[in-house]
Amino acid sequence: MSTETSASLATQETKKEGLLSKKNIQILRDPLDDTNPVTVQILGVCSALAVTVQVKPALIMALGVTVVTAFSNLIISLIRNSIPNRIRIIVQLIVVAMLVTIVDQVLKAYLFDVSKKLSVFVGLIITNCIVMGRLEAFALAQKPWPSFLDGIGNGLGYGIILVVVAFVRELLGSGSVFGIKVVPQWLYDMGYVNNGLMMLPPAALFLIGIYIWWQRSRNKNLINAS
Amino acid sequence: MKDSDLDNVQPLLSFSVKIAQNLIKSVKPHFGKGGRFEKFHPAFDALETFLFVPAHTTASGVHIRDAIDLKRTMFTVIIALVPTLLFGMWNVGYQHHLAYGVQVSMMDNFLFGFWKVLPIIVVSYTVGLGVEFIFAIIRNHQVSEGYLVTGLLIPLTMPVTIPLWMVALAAIFCTVLGKEIFGGTGMNFMNPALLARAFLFFAFPAYMSGDIWTDLSPETGHSLVDAYSGATNLVAFDTDFTKMGSVSDMFWGFEQGSIGETSTFACLIGAFILIVTGIGSWQIIVSCFVGALLMGLVLNGLAPVDIPTHPMHTPAYYHWLMGGFAFGAVYMATDPVSAAHTEVGKWIYGLLIGIFTVILRVFNPAYPEGVMLSILLMNVFAPLIDHIVIEQHIKNRKKRA
Repeated sequence: MSTETSASLATQETKKEGLLSKKNIQILRDPLDDTNPVTVQILGVCSALAVTVQVKPALIMALGVTVVTAFSNLIISLIRNSIPNRIRIIVQLIVVAMLVTIVDQVLKAYLFDVSKKLSVFVGLIITNCIVMGRLEAFALAQKPWPSFLDGIGNGLGYGIILVVVAFVRELLGSGSVFGIKVVPQWLYDMGYVNNGLMMLPPAALFLIGIYIWWQRSRNKNLINAS
Repeated sequence: MKDSDLDNVQPLLSFSVKIAQNLIKSVKPHFGKGGRFEKFHPAFDALETFLFVPAHTTASGVHIRDAIDLKRTMFTVIIALVPTLLFGMWNVGYQHHLAYGVQVSMMDNFLFGFWKVLPIIVVSYTVGLGVEFIFAIIRNHQVSEGYLVTGLLIPLTMPVTIPLWMVALAAIFCTVLGKEIFGGTGMNFMNPALLARAFLFFAFPAYMSGDIWTDLSPETGHSLVDAYSGATNLVAFDTDFTKMGSVSDMFWGFEQGSIGETSTFACLIGAFILIVTGIGSWQIIVSCFVGALLMGLVLNGLAPVDIPTHPMHTPAYYHWLMGGFAFGAVYMATDPVSAAHTEVGKWIYGLLIGIFTVILRVFNPAYPEGVMLSILLMNVFAPLIDHIVIEQHIKNRKKRA
């Protein structure tokens, strides 16, 4: 009798913790919109201003941050029960620093030109508030698999904003996308000029602002009750 | 005009007003609730309240009602802008003909400028009001009056050679990001017209600085005179202030620059109108001028003795006459929405605008005109200034109690 109940409990448990259960999908999907790290939590804005002049570096940066958030979340979650509370920030930093160094070295080895464009900003992923924020807020209290998904979700949420902003900035600022000219010559002949403001960091701030405006007018979950 | 003429005109005038009134009354139901054009009610409402003082009364509480509402206020500012506009149009023609060494009559100068400036004004109004109408319809509120003034200020702060599509883009930018995103007229924390100019200044630097101040469309049978130089006084000032135009030229406005800002005299007429009607705050205008003068004097005192042409040696009152300082102080800094509101706050706000303008002009050759940036900067700080003034006032009252 008792073995039966425990067995049924176990099956229930495994059902609840299916790899892509509803809850886990939620964890993965929420950061893309409802709890987007950049536009809702307003984290990681500095790098969003700095690396979004062109789409390609922005895309690489987004991938780098996704890898770092996902694996640091996973590692911290795995060792969360053995980290002494008082030195947890140091432990987190060591894990993140290791991952950032790996990303940096991989980029230098295989994508040298992009790595040069991103310059210090790859190294500065370590200070990206999204990474530490997710470790503190999620990975320290959750099982490894949801933590990993949460890391991927937040990295992608950050990436969406980066790529959207970079797309607009590159299109309007230098008339190209992925380095390929898309604004035709006849438009320039007619007097069109590339927008110099888009090459400056404030443009990213305007674009993120517009994105937040659009997001809040569409997504009713985000409207403050006040 | 003889008295009998006047007697003839008056009935005619009241008759045409009657016609307009009847017309409005007859189409009004279509724009009301359930009417055929209900969606376009804001547009209709804007026109109606522009022509006639609205008949709404406040429903609750005690209010003091004044004959002057927001539309009438805005219109007074437009009237105050007319001197700068007319002079600006004339100056466009004058500078053009000067560059080609052609002697033409005053009227020809004016007409040349008129046809150059008019398209800019038309584009600015059409695009800006278009955006306002779209937002009014989407958000179901009234079309705000703010754009009446902004629409004229934008062209006056542009060089005459600016491509029209850039004017349109600036008008869209300043209306959407300067105003509507914050909730429309009265919610903007920066002056929209200046924001439009700042946008173009950073977005298309090649069209907002350099040798673009004079319209150089070819003049048949003439070529540019040798003495022509595209540099404004503000540029000359950075290398050698003694090479600037004469004081009287700068005061009356016979110099190159944005359309409406060259003449300090025309701006002073506007300032007079604004102050007499009580629409512009005289404290802000005066404190701007005082701030610039004080900073100019301080820099005179600190100027390096061994470089007699250093901009720091510029006589302090030159700063009043150069570039768009007078225009900015009179029409831009006094914008009631984005300026400081407390009495003491207005003085601090104005003084700092003057001080920053001179600092930017003297020490930063990359931004020849400091007025625009310093007014925008102080727009941002105006709420903070007000806050501090009020807190200080409360503290003082408490001490006395």
